[in-house]
Amino acid sequence: MCRNIGYFIILLLLLFILSSAGCAPQAPAPSGSELSGTFKVIGSNTVTPLTAVWAEEFMKMNPKVNIAVSGPGSGVGIANLIDGTTDICQVSRKIKQSEIDQARAKGVNPYEIQVATDALSVVVHPSNPVSELTIAQLSAIYTNQITNWKEVGGNAAPIVAISRDTNSGTHVFFKEHVVQMAGLKTENTALEYGQDVLFLPSTEAGVTEVAKNPNALFYPGLGYLTDQVKPLAIKKTADDPGVLPSVATALDGTYPVARPLLYYTNGEPAGVIKAFIDYCLSPEGQAKVTEAGYVPLQ
Amino acid sequence: MAIASAGLSKSLRRRWRFSEKLIESFILLNGLLAIIVLLGVLFLLLREGLPAFAYTSPWQFFFGTRWYPVSEPPTFGILSFFMATLWVTLIATAIAVPLGVGCAAYLAEVAPASVRETVKPIVELLAGIPSIVMGLIGLLLLSPLVQGLFNLNTGLCGLTAAIMLAMMSLPIIVTVSEDALRAVPKEFREASYALGATQWETVWHVCLPGALSGIAAAIMLGVGRAIGETMTVLMVAGGALAVPYAPTQPMMPMTAAIASGIGNAVRGGPQYQALFAIALLLFLMTFAVNLVADRVLERQKRKFAR
Repeated sequence: MCRNIGYFIILLLLLFILSSAGCAPQAPAPSGSELSGTFKVIGSNTVTPLTAVWAEEFMKMNPKVNIAVSGPGSGVGIANLIDGTTDICQVSRKIKQSEIDQARAKGVNPYEIQVATDALSVVVHPSNPVSELTIAQLSAIYTNQITNWKEVGGNAAPIVAISRDTNSGTHVFFKEHVVQMAGLKTENTALEYGQDVLFLPSTEAGVTEVAKNPNALFYPGLGYLTDQVKPLAIKKTADDPGVLPSVATALDGTYPVARPLLYYTNGEPAGVIKAFIDYCLSPEGQAKVTEAGYVPLQ
Repeated sequence: MAIASAGLSKSLRRRWRFSEKLIESFILLNGLLAIIVLLGVLFLLLREGLPAFAYTSPWQFFFGTRWYPVSEPPTFGILSFFMATLWVTLIATAIAVPLGVGCAAYLAEVAPASVRETVKPIVELLAGIPSIVMGLIGLLLLSPLVQGLFNLNTGLCGLTAAIMLAMMSLPIIVTVSEDALRAVPKEFREASYALGATQWETVWHVCLPGALSGIAAAIMLGVGRAIGETMTVLMVAGGALAVPYAPTQPMMPMTAAIASGIGNAVRGGPQYQALFAIALLLFLMTFAVNLVADRVLERQKRKFAR
């Protein structure tokens, strides 16, 4: 038995060595550009798929550039920016005044660049008969005042309201713009997520849960919509028409839950980072935004 | 010549004595290192965590039920996290201990050698599965099952997390208990059989009590894993902030609360300190578990000594 395992391990090692040896010669590619350098982009889980596409394309054009992208959450990105451990911080909400103060105290000067727009879709299981909700109803659901689907015109079944955890910019954005109803007459900044709301560590986990739970409700970004979940039309107030989330409705401003996707750098960007951001804002870069399922700037 | 050789041997001996001392102090240092690291961890937790109580009173912190770290002003109450950890750990232990000890007893006392040689490596392989994979299994396979079985609103709940944790602490409990059972001297069993005891009586009255200290250590290790496990509970426990009164509710154990908040917390800020205070409580809990288990073991040993 033990000997067998030993052989197996040796075999695995051999395979590993062979495969890495096989890969090695492919690495160097001819380069005509002078750009080189390594930098990090840390922050929002929502922006990550988009930044990853940009980074991949940019590294293809400039083989000497190396970009590391990670998406633990907007809050994490800003904490990293303040601590000086990231070059670009990608976020799905605006930086708070308290965070700017903390950054200034550490000698960091946050510089804001909007790179795209995102519409926050509200999704349910495809079998759920509910097809539209008002912001006020969503707020009541996420504060646990409405707990049954029949109160909003659905089946008699309990609502399982799902949210992102506090690391997420989506968490904060949804709290301000939906739970607390920012910009509406009914705005109430004392409202908080209810105690029965589920906090999940990633957007994928939330979409997965909605795809298999007929009673679940979640709010992923437009880029995370799949065929296994049904987006709801959102009504700003009960009198307004319901609007489904899409690139078009977010661009013309009729979809009420849209938000900017931003990059923050320490001071105005320069060198390779500036080249990267210029690429993101260029027509080719913005074309990738639509492909990735987000809303371009123009 | 003789004098020279005697002098040489004397100096050699002195050198040996010196190297002996060196090795001795090196080993002593190694022994102390564990204690130094432990004290270092405790010191760090106290330094970063205690200031939290300047912001929130200990009463509000431990018995508060509202946790809103990113609100203005933030509130920190961790009763729901504490209860969630308690539920998840208790249920995981309740599932894993009988299964694990039973499995170990079967492997050590009943199973033929060929079965043991096959089953034990497989159980040990279970220990090598990364916690994130266990989380995925819980998310995709177990949670719909639990939801259907108990007719719940969502399968992401404390019970699902507890079952996954039981699966994760099972291999530790089985392996360590089995080793302990096999260390029970053969004469004990032979004496028991000679007195006319059946196999079951031998296992229950001779082998298990004989291996009790090892089994207790195994259970302790298992409980320790269940309390400290983070990724799996973060993924499948549901993460609701309400104080759980039943294991079938979504809940957020202390480890999950720390993991889901720490990335977002600015060093030295109120949320950072509150999370460290939770970590301090977690540390004290595992410490208490070990201490109690140690006492029980000691008493048990004394009983056997008589």
